[in-house]
Amino acid sequence: MATETTTEQVPLPPMSRVGFFRWMWRQLTSMKTALILLFLLALASVPGSVIPQRGINPILVDEWLTDNPTWGPLLDTFGFFDVFAAPWFAAIYILLFISLIGCVLPRLGVHWRAMRQPPPPAPRYLMRLGGETAEINEQPALILSRAEKYLHKDRWRVIRSGESWVAAEKGYLRETGNLVFHFSLILILFAVAYGGLFGWRGNVIVREGEGFSNTLTQYDAWSGGRLTSPDTLPAFSFTLEDFNVEFSRAESQRGAPQLFEADVSVVRPGESMAANERIEVNYPMTIESAKIFLVGHGYAPQFIIRDSTGNIVFDDAVVFLPQDGSFTSTGVIKVPDSTPQLGVRGIFLPTTALSEERGPFSSFPAPDDPSVFLGAWEGDLGLDSGIPQSVYTLDSESMEQLGLRALRPGETWELPGGAGSIEFVDFERWASFQIAADPGKEVALIASILAIAGLSLSLFIQRRRVWVKVRPNAATGGTTVEVAGLAKASGDDPKENVDELVKYLIGEAT
Amino acid sequence: MNSIDLAEMSNNFVYASMITLFLATIFFALSYSAGRTRAETRALVDSTGSVIPPAESSSSEAATTPANPGWRMANIGLSLSWLSAGLLLVGVIVRSLWADRAPWGNMYEYSITSALGILLVYLIWSTRRDLRWLGLFVTIPALLTLGLAVTVLYTEAAQLVPALKSYWLVIHVLAAIICGGAFTVAAATAGLSLIADRHWIKQLPSRETLEKLTHRIIAFSFPLWTFAVIAGAIWAENAWGRYWGWDPKETWAFITWVIFAAYLHARSTAGWKHQKASVIAILGWVAFLINYFGVNIFVNSLHSYAGV
Ligand code: HEM
Repeated sequence: MATETTTEQVPLPPMSRVGFFRWMWRQLTSMKTALILLFLLALASVPGSVIPQRGINPILVDEWLTDNPTWGPLLDTFGFFDVFAAPWFAAIYILLFISLIGCVLPRLGVHWRAMRQPPPPAPRYLMRLGGETAEINEQPALILSRAEKYLHKDRWRVIRSGESWVAAEKGYLRETGNLVFHFSLILILFAVAYGGLFGWRGNVIVREGEGFSNTLTQYDAWSGGRLTSPDTLPAFSFTLEDFNVEFSRAESQRGAPQLFEADVSVVRPGESMAANERIEVNYPMTIESAKIFLVGHGYAPQFIIRDSTGNIVFDDAVVFLPQDGSFTSTGVIKVPDSTPQLGVRGIFLPTTALSEERGPFSSFPAPDDPSVFLGAWEGDLGLDSGIPQSVYTLDSESMEQLGLRALRPGETWELPGGAGSIEFVDFERWASFQIAADPGKEVALIASILAIAGLSLSLFIQRRRVWVKVRPNAATGGTTVEVAGLAKASGDDPKENVDELVKYLIGEAT
Repeated sequence: MNSIDLAEMSNNFVYASMITLFLATIFFALSYSAGRTRAETRALVDSTGSVIPPAESSSSEAATTPANPGWRMANIGLSLSWLSAGLLLVGVIVRSLWADRAPWGNMYEYSITSALGILLVYLIWSTRRDLRWLGLFVTIPALLTLGLAVTVLYTEAAQLVPALKSYWLVIHVLAAIICGGAFTVAAATAGLSLIADRHWIKQLPSRETLEKLTHRIIAFSFPLWTFAVIAGAIWAENAWGRYWGWDPKETWAFITWVIFAAYLHARSTAGWKHQKASVIAILGWVAFLINYFGVNIFVNSLHSYAGV
């Protein structure tokens, strides 16, 4: 095993270009380089856990950038907000894997040959290995046969040289395991890359009673790998029939969610009938390559808005986003069809509470005492400016505030100046789903299992050799038996094997 | 029995375990000082030049055999540690009966179970070889973990949020807790190997032996840690739809894994086998701790920040 790199002075690189590259290659594939690259990998991962990351929390990244006007952009330039996709991070692991391949490939050949070779003959001065000597009153050949029998039974690979020695070796699987482990690391990297290139994920909010069909336009957010084609998304659709949620009312963990589940009727690709299924946290629904996860939920208060002439200009439930654990939720209604245009900012409180410093807030996530607090504006919503707007924010810059009002379900707010009315009808629930496909994950799992298996073989199996040497003892008429062993890994000791073998040889003789 | 009684009962067992463990620590500490007095006496005798043959032969044995008076103290320490682990085990089981789930629903429960993990890794290992010299360096971290648990981290038992109700999570955390115990013991032997050559404590095995022991524990725990990380990934895939997302918890699990991989490499690299490898083993344990304390606290604060 080429585990020992020499600490001899590295020879000066030869002048020729080939020689130089060979020298570079040897440096890159040395154990010490692997060690240093592993360290760099660990070190390079640290900023990814300390500095907010775009992939995890883009909003926090933006806040960080605003709070640190000097450092922020500099860090941004060097990819610190997306460490695990940064070129310098990639450089480290790509070098590591080149080193890995360069290191492991040659060992494959060496190991292949070693596995097919018989154990080496006994060294001339066996006792220098610090073995045991015994006098046994028996013929040498008999003793060797017994040693052979014992070693075979103990799963050693054994060869014998006539009447003088037996050599045995075991633990070949150690190196096999080590190679399997390192190759499965390559396989894991491949699987991750494959999943990244061909996978996709999207998020969508669906109200109770509302449907979703799996096309790009229906998603609130969608991202795919470089080689993913959005045309090949599995063609399914589902309707959120019912959404159940329960919150703890026990004093110790008031308001903690205890259960949430979505009952959906789903039409799978190629089918025309809908089937009823349930999606829960930890229990996603699988459709072909895609998995549908329940990731969040909230309230959608329902409003009817009439204009000054009494015509209904808006009649729908509006998704409000939860702001805290008690589901104090905020949302916006935009009514472009009334003249003048109407905009409403609202807070929905499932369990209404008021305090001096916080104003209106929710004290419990379940709808024990629901209400909305609304602020209405009139004027230009700015929807025609061409700049895309979020449905969750209202740009009231060029609008005029009409007033504020709190409503309970069924109540109506007559807007001042005869501008119309807003009726808070009731509320619905919505659930948010993450839909994702990662075609590399099965391979990643298989490779991980291989990695653990290989690793265990490599760490728990010891590669050892033992020899038994026999010599007729003219003085006693018996046989002098020498038994010694050698461990290939530093720190390992074949003493137990030697002791047991000697005990067996003596024990059988008496 | 109503549930409040169960909670109190669990707490009482944890306290009893802490008291026992405190006594065990004292006895382990005394075992060193007993050994030291003996060694110092010997040195005095030697320096006066009055060499009495029988005394010499007995003193050369003293450092290694159970005849060392310190070992009697250490034996008491060891028995007390078993008792403490037993009490803690009951405390953890009662706690989990009360909460009606695996005993790692929050930092408090995770900590008392981890302390149990540290003790059990040491005690079970000590049935296979003489590890009395190591006792002090295991009971202290276990005691600190318990102390932190009952003072700072104490929480009432509560239901898990739905995302945490998963088989894979149970397996994942169990494996991580055993690894935590093993990494702690490894850090102790690695740390001792760094000071072994200075002969501060006579009872310590040689530096080589300590290094070998460190290697042995890490060789045992590294595959288990690999498994723990993968089980976590399987759970994450089930809960969030991605098996790896580089969130801080995952990132530090990865860092810990890479550092211990580096340790195993260092053990096969000339020039890195000894002190440097031991330092790497300690760094791996530090990374584990950062994940356990640092990230939990840091991430929580991040969340509350994001919620404002
Ligand atoms: C992705 C990076 C790598 C990781 C995570 C990794 C991990 C490991 C682990 C955990 C072991 C311990 C198993 C054992 O002791 O048998 C090991 C052993 C080994 N690795 Fe790597 N390795 C990596 C890259 C490399 C590279 C680049 C080389 C070549 C320079 C290499 C050469 C070896 C050798 C020779 C052993 C056997 C050591 C022994 O028998 O004690 N590894 N590796």
